[in-house]
Amino acid sequence: MSTVTEQASGPHTRSATADLIARLREQENRPALVGYLPVGYPSVDRSIEALKTLVDHGVDIIELGIPYTDPVLDGPVIQAAAQGALDAGAHVRDVFRVVAELTAYAPHVPVLVMTYWNPVLKYGADAFARDLAAAGGAGLITPDLIPDEGADWIAASEAHGLDRVFLVAPSSTPERLRLTAGQSRGFVYAASLMGVTGVRSEVGSRAEQLVADTRAAGATNVCVGLGVATGAQATEVGRFADGVIVGSALVRPLLSDGPLPDDEWAVRLTNLAEVTEDLAAGVRSARAHAPADTPAGATTTSGEAL
Amino acid sequence: MTHVKLSDVSGPYFGQYGGRFVPEALIAALDELETEFRKAAEDPAFAAELQRLHREYTGRPSPLTEVPRFAAHAGGGDTGAVRVFLKREDLNHTGSHKINNVLGQALLVKRMGKKRLIAETGAGQHGVATATAAALMDLECVVYMGEEDTRRQALNVARMRLLGAEVVPVKIGSRTLKDAINEALRDWVANVESTHYLLGTVTGPHPFPEMVRQFHRIIGEEAREQILERAGRLPDVVAACVGGGSNALGIFNAFLDDEGVELRGFEAGGEGIESGRHAARFSGGALGVLHGAKSYLLQDDEGQTLPSHSVSAGLDYPSVGPAHSWLHDLGRATYEPVTDDEAMEAFRLLCRTEGIIPAIESAHALAGALRVGQAAAAQGRTGPDGEPLVLLVNLSGRGDKDVATAARWFGLLDGAEGGAAAEELERQEGRG
Repeated sequence: MSTVTEQASGPHTRSATADLIARLREQENRPALVGYLPVGYPSVDRSIEALKTLVDHGVDIIELGIPYTDPVLDGPVIQAAAQGALDAGAHVRDVFRVVAELTAYAPHVPVLVMTYWNPVLKYGADAFARDLAAAGGAGLITPDLIPDEGADWIAASEAHGLDRVFLVAPSSTPERLRLTAGQSRGFVYAASLMGVTGVRSEVGSRAEQLVADTRAAGATNVCVGLGVATGAQATEVGRFADGVIVGSALVRPLLSDGPLPDDEWAVRLTNLAEVTEDLAAGVRSARAHAPADTPAGATTTSGEAL
Repeated sequence: MTHVKLSDVSGPYFGQYGGRFVPEALIAALDELETEFRKAAEDPAFAAELQRLHREYTGRPSPLTEVPRFAAHAGGGDTGAVRVFLKREDLNHTGSHKINNVLGQALLVKRMGKKRLIAETGAGQHGVATATAAALMDLECVVYMGEEDTRRQALNVARMRLLGAEVVPVKIGSRTLKDAINEALRDWVANVESTHYLLGTVTGPHPFPEMVRQFHRIIGEEAREQILERAGRLPDVVAACVGGGSNALGIFNAFLDDEGVELRGFEAGGEGIESGRHAARFSGGALGVLHGAKSYLLQDDEGQTLPSHSVSAGLDYPSVGPAHSWLHDLGRATYEPVTDDEAMEAFRLLCRTEGIIPAIESAHALAGALRVGQAAAAQGRTGPDGEPLVLLVNLSGRGDKDVATAARWFGLLDGAEGGAAAEELERQEGRG
């Protein structure tokens, strides 16, 4: 098992994502807002407009999903959008164009790609890492690739200086938390509950303990996802997490059963902006009255590898 | 061949295939399952209880039936130059080999103290077997089934409900087995503390491929003993259909280290490889990851899973158990497609020559045996010392569930379709 120290001594220890989280922590005393949308829904160009809307209204880090036929960790909202993107002809390679456009539009916003493993395996892990890095991408979030199976991706991400965001879950043992914290770079994605993506009325009660345990296992940055949908939930989670990850609640305003005329699409974007602003306000108030809750990792300088 | 016996190779990898490509949330449950499985394997009480269930509940050992009239069509003619034996998993309680694995896993579930089973099913045989074990062992049971398959296999849906299971039609994706597995995995991620996912074939994340093989190896062990007694020697060829591959691996396993025994797997060729409507992973697939395992996979050039097709719901799956991919690469087993037409012709032939209605899945293996036997006869190939060629076919299930499909296929239905149906039947009978 690799240790944090070993990882930190690698050739590519700088991480755009970790740098940003550290800066927000130090300068604004707040967690990052990580916003998810899939590439290509409802079309590639419109997905770029939607992603720019996220950026314009307060998202700090983009999680850009590659639509996949068998998304076993996604609930109905994200699956519907992913299927819609595939039906509309989205291609895996579109992700590089979208990343390039986004990073040109907002160079300060790291773009992480969320993908199930098979599209990367098919593309070739090293080739994918090379093309993602060339497009300006920050790294990958891999919901069905655990570090145990990730040798090819770990090597490719090292070679091309990309982040590796692996997941931990409430069921993860201390040994697995150490393994995952040691192999991740950028942040560790803590699944707040046992389940798939989707909006829920409450965020998992085990999320705070999971974040604490993951930190104790060596992670500097732990972001929480699954079930976060509102500004109030973002505030709650942001008190103890380094980042708040939101997916379904951002996808939902865009979903449509049929084609969207331009004026209807504009309404969707307005709705998306409102949801985003609510969440952005949520993370900004997370620690406003609770400086004592500043996480243990707050003194870490930027550029760390987890 | 390596010095390690092929039949003893265990997970998590078979060559480069297998592994655990699943969300982290499931890893603790998979570790627990593997630990419990290994403890059970060492426990004589577990083996004794499973043997008792096999004997008293399932009806094992399943018989070996020689089918000379069928063999006449498989290159034997009137000379008896080809002998065909069927391993009668169709005579098991619930009508297929699936019960072997289900009883084994259900006993494990009892040991683990979980109360709820979930399962996926294509043709319904695994779902029926799981619902049966749940009833027997007082476990809650939910079965996910593609909506398309609930239509094709309405009888089995009713059977599962009679047994007390909740059947959930899956209305997303291709609405077949693949999507039922996706839904079962989602359920499992959310309920893993109380729930066991009773996966029905030799795929999925480790330890499922190894564990399911272990529970099915009894098929081959019995068949090996039976054929030695009946034919006086090992078979020349062992044939089985391959969807996920559980019945095939179950019968192959006992012969893996007998180098003289040819192992032949038959996949769903659907409407033909060139049509693109098939489920022939070794003809049209490539290395990929689906449902937790690295294996051969029907996928496009971007790694998206391609739709598969077969007249048989049970073979309609875009990937295949990792051990089969390994055996394919080693050259220890060969895999080839059988079209819907060929399978249904073999189905009809077994009905008419031997009075046995096979599952359409198993009919793929029968069609393969016809192909192998006829080719051998054409080449003058015999068994050792000029003895008849011995073909062992795994008859993995019976065709009760497929009667409606077959009736439509052969036009046996009354009513509006009746006239054309009868004409077609007469034509086929005349030809046969």
